Order: sequence, then structure tokens, then C-alpha cells
Amino acid sequence: MHKFLIRSFVSSLVLLFTLTVAAVAKDVKAAFVYIGPTGDHGWTYQHDVGRKAVEAAGFKTTYVEGVPESADAERVLRQLANSGHDVIFTTSFGYMNPTNKVAKEFPNVKFEHATGYKREHPNVSTYAARFYEGRTILGTIAGTMTKSNVIGYVASFPIPEVIRGINSFTLAAQKVNPNIKTKIVWAFTWYDPGKEAEAAKALIDQGADVIAQHTDSTAIVQMAEKAGVYAFGQASDMDKFAPKAVLTSVENNWGPYYVDRVKAVANGTWSQKDTWHGIGDGMVVISDLDSQMPADLRSKVKKLQADLASGKVHSFTGPIYDQKGNLMVAEGKTADDGMLAGMMTYVKGVEGDIPK
Amino acid sequence: MIKIVKRDQPSRAIFFFTPVLAIFLTLVAGGLIFFILGFKPFEALKFFFIVPIADKYGFSELLLKATPLCLIAIGLSFCFKSNNWNIGAEGQLTFGAIVSGGVALLFYEQEGFYILPTVILAGAIGGMLYASIPAILKTYFNTNEILVSLMLVYVSKLILDYLVVGPWSNPEGFNFPETRQFSDSAKLPLLFEGLRIHAGIFLALAAVVISWFVFYKTYLGFQMKVSGFSLKTAKYAGYKGKKMIILVFLISGACAGLAGVGEITGPIGQLHREISPDYGFTAIIVAFLGRLHPVGIIFASLVVAITYLGAETAQIFMQIPKYTGQVFQGMILFFLLASDYLLFFKIKFMGLKK
Repeated sequence: MHKFLIRSFVSSLVLLFTLTVAAVAKDVKAAFVYIGPTGDHGWTYQHDVGRKAVEAAGFKTTYVEGVPESADAERVLRQLANSGHDVIFTTSFGYMNPTNKVAKEFPNVKFEHATGYKREHPNVSTYAARFYEGRTILGTIAGTMTKSNVIGYVASFPIPEVIRGINSFTLAAQKVNPNIKTKIVWAFTWYDPGKEAEAAKALIDQGADVIAQHTDSTAIVQMAEKAGVYAFGQASDMDKFAPKAVLTSVENNWGPYYVDRVKAVANGTWSQKDTWHGIGDGMVVISDLDSQMPADLRSKVKKLQADLASGKVHSFTGPIYDQKGNLMVAEGKTADDGMLAGMMTYVKGVEGDIPK
Repeated sequence: MIKIVKRDQPSRAIFFFTPVLAIFLTLVAGGLIFFILGFKPFEALKFFFIVPIADKYGFSELLLKATPLCLIAIGLSFCFKSNNWNIGAEGQLTFGAIVSGGVALLFYEQEGFYILPTVILAGAIGGMLYASIPAILKTYFNTNEILVSLMLVYVSKLILDYLVVGPWSNPEGFNFPETRQFSDSAKLPLLFEGLRIHAGIFLALAAVVISWFVFYKTYLGFQMKVSGFSLKTAKYAGYKGKKMIILVFLISGACAGLAGVGEITGPIGQLHREISPDYGFTAIIVAFLGRLHPVGIIFASLVVAITYLGAETAQIFMQIPKYTGQVFQGMILFFLLASDYLLFFKIKFMGLKK
């Protein structure tokens, strides 16, 4: 009897072990849907870097690039779900409704939608990065490096994500230089090198000597290089496109998250989540700091980076006032995620109105 | 010895043969490109042209894709047959979608049998209004309709941008550039459960039948044909040119507008910035590949639609860059234009003298 118990205990352990190994070794396939070409050196490029990290972790991946947000997105998603993919990352806001629609029909496939807010089915998660933390760093650099006290900012669409970035940037710049003004040009595009370059040109003509961007192409940093002003890279390290102009870049680092989620699918531990990671979790990365920046600024930035990562510093710490002088965040308080997610007003120091 | 001789008159057999030749040459050239890129050409072509439509769902997607292309191309054939170069179908599609989308939003969360017909009609009117601009400017101010209609495409997209970012954006949508989802009463019914093919296909088929009737059975069709061959002859015959120009533009605009309606009240179900992957431009290829003949256009729209689907499948299964789909569309047009040379010239093989 005694022996039997031990034997059955051991054999069940072995069985359990085999089952676990089998579950881990299950061939999990991940698919990625991109809005642009993988060679855009911006948004899509960085997602593809993340996909390669998943491959490097030993999983099979598939991607489809240049998928328009029109009726076509749904077909691509369905095809991927139908062809043996276990988890599908949809990497543009416009895929939100198709993602939820297809998720309903494929309850066994996991869907991960970047930058969206709808999780209508238990197999849909959303994820985004706290890019505004990176913009606090850029604002600090811009406020220090500007001589004209006019900072240009090429923005894409007046959504909370972008407004938040403008505010975070301006607050940080004001902190080091109370006299700065942020001028905004709305490009109404995420990726259009021609339009972006024009917007940058307009800002430079208005006296901006540092240009920040919330659009994805390298056209703006190249325009800044030509005009002899400073700029910051967006999404990927854009230093090689404009070595003199680019002071640093805010990189989107999706790899760790992607590997994590695909592993969770493989282990059977995946569950619905709304992820919003920043510098601390490594989803937002600051590239090398250019040597044109004074040494004390560079060390200040390094410290700020560490403090943002540890949570010691928050990008939105009161007192914060809006353009009309109304208090948005009281002294000593920080803005909560709910406020950040719905942020639709400029802070004091930003010029112009939000297009409505 | 090979000699090239001018034909006395364009060959009718060749006229309908060259599109087939163009498709064949595109397949050959496409296979060659795949080979050079290091893919197995036959396997790649299989994933491009056969796999995507091998099942019921794929076939319905093909029809879904071909519907707007066919509808727009039919409309364009009215213009092109009569020597009116409407390049702005994309703009007419967009404006039609704007007007019908606006009407659909008016009926938000309402039910009623009258909603869908109103929405459809609004789209056709929107397209017609937008097409009337180049038509009126051409007839009364002698402007170039190619330029005007093309430039208006960008204007229409900016209007759409403005509306979905601003006044029409979803109040619960965090200001993202999209409207609310239309209510079910404003959406085209699906034909089969689980497939996306919708009642819009009947609009396209109706357009095919009506256009065939107009082209070949009516005086208007005859006038269009004469004007297409020679504007001087048309004038000499006493045709009222201005009226015809405006009419063909209106028809063309209505068709493009309806294609827009089909997209937003069909698979999309709302207005946002990207309602069409350039159907209005691709339909120009379809119209010419179909030889401006209603039946030809049906086949051409299916062929071109498959280049969209095939590109996705080829990327999913073989990691072939998706943009090869556009290369295929370009090649079809190129080979078609090139082989049109055979319409007017024939190649004679002459035996060598012994």
C-alpha cells in the first residue's frame, strides 16, 4: 500500500511534469498586423523589432504590413485567426473595431490591440506606452537648449494621447525655462513625410529652434538638420538620419511586452489586461544623449530618467494650470490615469487652440 | 524576318484578346519577379491567385472587393466612352460616403425601413454633386476635367478628415478620428450568415445591366460612342455636347457615390479617415482592362480584386512583401497599354528566302 502510494505519487508528478513541458513546448504562433511598411523607421519599424524579439525567443511569427484601416483589416485578421495563429497583435488604433469583431468569432485566439480602449470580449487585451514620460525628458532638453524660447511641435491628431504629450513636454520645458512657448502645427497624419516636413518648415520660419514631433517619419529631423535647428527622433533612434539635429530619441520598445504575452499564451496564463507601461517597465526607452548637450544637462537627464522609472518623479505633478489659468492638478498631487487618458485641454504655455 | 505593318482598321478580335494577353503577361512577369526575389514562382502564384478564393469565405471576400471596383468602373465607362476624363472617382466616392454617412448619423439609434433607402440615395446624390463640379467647369469654363476632378479628390479627403476629427466624431470616442457606428437600419443587409458580402452587390449588378442597355440600345449610348470616336463628328451631327458631358459625369459620380455607400454601410459601418483603399483610382485600371464593356468590367473587377486579396495571403503564408499587389496592378495596366499596340499594328513573320 505504502509503495503503491509513493509510486502513484511519483508517476503523477512525472505526468504533471510532462504535461507542463508539453504545454510550454506547444507551437505558439504569433501574428502582427502593421499599418505601414516595416521600413518606415518609425511606428511600424519598432513593432517589427518587437516581433523579431518574439522570434528570437523561439516562437514562430507572421506579419502583414500596409494593412489599411478600411474594410480590409477585418479580412486580414480573420485570415490570420483562421490559419493557426494563437495570438494576434493589431498595432494601429484604427483596427479597434475589426479586432473586437473578429475576436468574437475566434474565442480561442488571443487578440492584443495597441492604443485602443475597447475590450469587448475576454480574449481582447489592449496595450500602450506612457510616451508622455519620454516627452518629459524631451521637454527638459528643449527648454535648456532653446535660445529663441520658441519650441515647435508637429502634432498628428487632437486625441488625448497627443495632447498629453504636448502638455508633458511643455510642463517639463517650463520647469527649466519659464519663458518658453510651445507652438503647435497639426499635420492630421501619422505618416506623411511631405506634410511633416512642411509643418516643421513653418515652425522654423516662426522662430522655433527646437522641433519636437508626434508623427512618425524622419522628414522632420531631416528638415531640422537642413535648417540647423535641434530635433528629437520619434519611435526609433533617428540619429543616423540627422546626426547634428537629433539630440536624442524616444524609442518604442515593444519587444519585452510581446515576448511576455506570447509566453503567457504558450503557458496558458494569458488573461485580459489593459497595459500602460512607461520608462520603468522599459517600454519607453531614451536613446543615447548627443554630445552637443552640456555635460550637466546630460547628467540631469539621466537622473530624471531614473526618477521617472522609479516613480519618484511624475510627469504631471501639480500645480498645473490650463491655458485660462484654471487649476488642473493641485500642488503636491499628480494626475491620475483617468485624467491622463481623457486629457483634452492644453496646459498654460501652449499656444493656440485644440482643433475641434 | 519580322515586319511590323499598320492595320487598315483596329482589329476587333484583338480588342478583346489583349486584356487576356495582358493578364497572361502579368502572370509571367510576376512569376519572374518572384523567382528573382527567391520565391518558388508557381507556389507564389498559387498563393496569390488561387488560395485566397479557394473557400466560401474567400470567394465572398472576392465579391466584396470587386463590388465597389465594378460599380465605379461602370460609371467611369460612361465618361471614358464619351471622351470625358473623370479621374476623380475617389473623390466622388468619398463625398458620396460623407453625405450618406451624415444621413446615417442623423438616424443614429433609430429604426425604420425608410432609413437605408434614404442613406443610399443620399450617397448617390453626394457623388453626383461632387462630379458635377468638374462637369460644369468643363462645359461652361472650358477647364481641364482631368485636373479638376483629380484635385477635388484631395479636397474631399480633407473634408472627411475635418468631419471625423471635429463635428462628427464619436462623443464617446476620446476624440479619435471616427464617427459613431451606424444603427442596423442604416446598414446594408448581409446576404449570408458569417460572410461579409452584402446587398451592395445588387447595386453593382444593376449598374452592369443598365449600362449595357444604355450603351447598346439607346440613342444616348450612340451619341456617347460617336463623341468618343470624334468630337467633331458629334458636333457636326448636332449633338448637344454640354448636356451629355454633364450627364455622363453625373452617372459616373452616382456610381462612385454608391460604391462609397456600400463600403461605409457595409463592412465598415461608420465613417473614418480610411474608407477606401483607393478604389476610385484602381477602378480606372478596371474600366480599361474591361474594355469599357459592362461584361468585361465584371471580369476585370474580379481579376483586380484578387490582386488585393492575393497580396495578403502571399505575405501571410510566404512572407512575400504585401506591396507586390500594387506591382501586379501596375503591371496589368502596363501590359494592357503596351499590347494595345497590336490593335493598330500587326506583326508579320516573313519566311527567309531560300
